[in-house]
Amino acid sequence: MEFKDYYQIMGVKRDATQDEIKRGYRKLARKYHPDVSKEADAEARFKELGEAYEVLKDPEKRAAYDQLGANWKAGQDFRPPPDWKEGFEFAGGDKADYSEFFESLYGRGSRPEHGSRASFHAQGEDRHARVLIDLEDAYTGTTRSITLRVPEIDAQGRISTREHRLNVTIPLGIRAGQHIRLAGQGAPGIGQGKPGDLYLEVEFRPHARYRVDERDVYLDLPVAPWEATLGATVKVPSPNGTVEIKVPADSVAGRKLRLKGRGIPGNTPGDLYVVLQIALPSADTDAAKAFYRSMGEAFKTFDPRAELGV
Amino acid sequence: MLPQLVGVILDEQAQLTLEELSRACAAQAELIIELVEEGVVAPIGREPHSWRFTGAHMRRARRALRLQRDLDVNPAGAALALQLLDEIEALRARLRAMGGE
Repeated sequence: MEFKDYYQIMGVKRDATQDEIKRGYRKLARKYHPDVSKEADAEARFKELGEAYEVLKDPEKRAAYDQLGANWKAGQDFRPPPDWKEGFEFAGGDKADYSEFFESLYGRGSRPEHGSRASFHAQGEDRHARVLIDLEDAYTGTTRSITLRVPEIDAQGRISTREHRLNVTIPLGIRAGQHIRLAGQGAPGIGQGKPGDLYLEVEFRPHARYRVDERDVYLDLPVAPWEATLGATVKVPSPNGTVEIKVPADSVAGRKLRLKGRGIPGNTPGDLYVVLQIALPSADTDAAKAFYRSMGEAFKTFDPRAELGV
Repeated sequence: MLPQLVGVILDEQAQLTLEELSRACAAQAELIIELVEEGVVAPIGREPHSWRFTGAHMRRARRALRLQRDLDVNPAGAALALQLLDEIEALRARLRAMGGE
């Protein structure tokens, strides 16, 4: 397994005080908190940071970690020393998803047992998961097979995970940020308690072509200068098939053309907005160069910078 | 073959009770009531027992609770952070609409 340099992760020196460690954690937690951060790997970084803090904030765990010595490098292949854990005793943490490195040092943690009294009943916890779909799927509906890692606690209070697979219908008209609630698919109940629910939060994969805002979908559409100025009927891709639109004469770059009801379907379907961009043919032949020159002659009075006052 | 599950979409219709939202957030009802008092989420209904929340409320409440727990801020601090995040998101959306991102 890979060695983890918790000091490096936390951005502090090995001789940092507990206060410096706390400050280091706070600073990076604000930076990488998945609810705040737009960094691509924020979630992984935040998890790593939480694990590093779990060790360094606890003087006992930190002392044990320091015993490994300062010569380890992050990512180096690591095995815990044979005499590891002698003289240390660790209380279990409350999270089940530490790295292999952490678990080799501090165990998998154990939770206080919930159902210690036989008469105790409680509804199982609700669970949350995210499901990524393509924008096109929102137009047609789809199904997704989802694999959840479900922590299980055995009779000794040890935590292990098992895989729970589900086939879920993603209905047409779903939008990013919406939840699908699956009753009874959360954690099992305790005693005679009912199982909890599973909430799936839907997100769209970023699309190379379309942008989505709530129900509305945006597409940049390149048109030739003569199509924009003279008007034209052109083909436009849309998430549910090619359509034709009329580009009105005298259109400028950035003009938005609305295709009503061509956004994400639903009781109130969204719209598809086509944003015009003017594409210029390159002057890569003598004939093309001559044409651009004659165009300049023909539009002598045209000043594209008239409003800039230069 | 796994059975095909069909769920309920949480849309703009407020569907969740205070109890259901608390359970979905794995939080005490008191913490949700604090968020309502801070204006982080605005349920339909006057009294806590008649409150109804939407899926968007749930997303927001979970975010606020995570911020409180992970960054050790109080409900007012989480409310402020969410408000600023909303503004950033709105600005990003405008940038996107202009094709700037």
